[in-house]
Amino acid sequence: MKTVFSESPLLQAEGIEKRFGRVHACNDVSLDLYPGEVLGIVGESGSGKTTLLNILSGRIEPEAGVVEYAVREGGMRDVHQMGAAERRMLMRTDWAFVHQNPRDGLRMNVSAGGNVGERLMAVGARHYGQIRDTAVDWLQKVEMEAGRIDDLPRTFSGGMQQRLQIARNLVTRPRLAFMDEPTGGLDVSVQARLLDLLRGLVGDLGLAAIVVTHDLAVARHLSHRLAVMRRGEVVETGLTDQVLDDPQHPYTQLLVSSILKA
Amino acid sequence: MTAVQSETPRAEADSGYNFAYLDEQTKRMIRRAILKAVAIPGYQVPFASREMPMPYGWGTGGVQVTAAVIGSDDVLKVIDQGSDDTTNAVSIRSFFVRTTGVETTEKTRDATLIQTRHRVPETPLSEDQILVYQVPIPEPLRFLEPRETETRRMHALEDYGLMHVKLYEDIAHHGHIATTYAYPVKVAGRYVMDPSPTPKFDNPKMNHSPALQLFGAGREKRIYAIPPHTEVVSLDFEDHPFEVQQWDNACALCGATDSFLDEVIMDDAGKRMFVCSDSDYCEERRAAGHVGEEGVPL
Repeated sequence: MKTVFSESPLLQAEGIEKRFGRVHACNDVSLDLYPGEVLGIVGESGSGKTTLLNILSGRIEPEAGVVEYAVREGGMRDVHQMGAAERRMLMRTDWAFVHQNPRDGLRMNVSAGGNVGERLMAVGARHYGQIRDTAVDWLQKVEMEAGRIDDLPRTFSGGMQQRLQIARNLVTRPRLAFMDEPTGGLDVSVQARLLDLLRGLVGDLGLAAIVVTHDLAVARHLSHRLAVMRRGEVVETGLTDQVLDDPQHPYTQLLVSSILKA
Repeated sequence: MTAVQSETPRAEADSGYNFAYLDEQTKRMIRRAILKAVAIPGYQVPFASREMPMPYGWGTGGVQVTAAVIGSDDVLKVIDQGSDDTTNAVSIRSFFVRTTGVETTEKTRDATLIQTRHRVPETPLSEDQILVYQVPIPEPLRFLEPRETETRRMHALEDYGLMHVKLYEDIAHHGHIATTYAYPVKVAGRYVMDPSPTPKFDNPKMNHSPALQLFGAGREKRIYAIPPHTEVVSLDFEDHPFEVQQWDNACALCGATDSFLDEVIMDDAGKRMFVCSDSDYCEERRAAGHVGEEGVPL
């Protein structure tokens, strides 16, 4: 499978450790992510998935371990040793972060167009007409009406807010997206549409992504590879079909067998 | 500005107060903040703002800055919305007369120190003048980002994209940049600064001004500055460039077409007149023989 992707990893994590008091949120977690690859992290609530995502994206410091990212200029850079300015630049150009709750990722008092344009303006776009054209283009890419460009996000439904958040994040054509339960809190039909959209975008843009989810259906639909977490440890990794259809670890077997068959 | 050691108040000042009301230690503390502000143009320097004998919002920041830089040989002018004779200007002027005994003037040219609320005088300033602004909200990013920790980080990292989001929103909703006052500027190519609630009409006057410009925010405890001859650029878009306000009318009293005009409602039948907001500028023009539509020769 790896041969499909580029030879050198985009993101590499080695021996990540994080405790919150007596709780071991991440225990010696190591993983690689290759360009264009989607890695799903699954596991029950409290298994350390979100903590791991936050560490990988530089949002919280690990107690031990290294996270390295292949920057556009070439070479691997330690995400946690970077200066705040450089990390911020990465956050708004090369990376995307999609929150479970769109309210955390959107500016609710700024119009849809302003939300999509913010990253462009942050990296120096100073032509109103062009920013607006790009915003219209992206709204259409995420299946929103261009006519709603000047509406505030709070007038949108949950699914639309989530799609707006995705447009806002992908407008600078990042290479890596971090997604924390991107379909959580949406009803099933909206979830399905969003998943189709995400899969299409990931394919079109050649985007690599790390998707944290407790929903195995989402994981199966989106990801190429899976990592199963339990109590801060990665208990099983492998190709998605392989992990879900032939689980080896008892916990993965339990997880797979607990899905209700419709 | 010569007050390194304590100034002796003139005979006409009230005895019982230190020169310019504040004690010497406080003035030194404020001067240190001012020096830092001048050294880093546009950067907001925190300072230990004192309680002043006036409410917040009446110019406590400007008054403290003025008190820290005023000397007994200064000539003081105080303006409020461009005018020398409105409440705020009159009371601050009399405050400094009572606590310092300095000479005051209404003439922009004669003043060495000008404290202002909302306007930059129309008469060009010179190198031996200091302009002190009263500032209510020093943080240009405040209405976009409520967290002080975050706005400070944004200034530190020069992360000013959000400022353009505000201007983008203006154009999206109004078709043009509708911000008319407190219009954000970039100072010396680095810090984005809120030029206090002055109308954007005055922004070009701040650019490369020969006078030292000091900004004091009393409630928010911040001082910032534009040193003389510093570049001050109003933010804009390439296809929506910065523009100042324009009026269809000339000043009804002096006929000026190049000054900031106030709209004055004359009766309850919709009659109105436009007059210069800078009262000294208007007077000067009228004294030089200019007469507007409704003016009479002086």
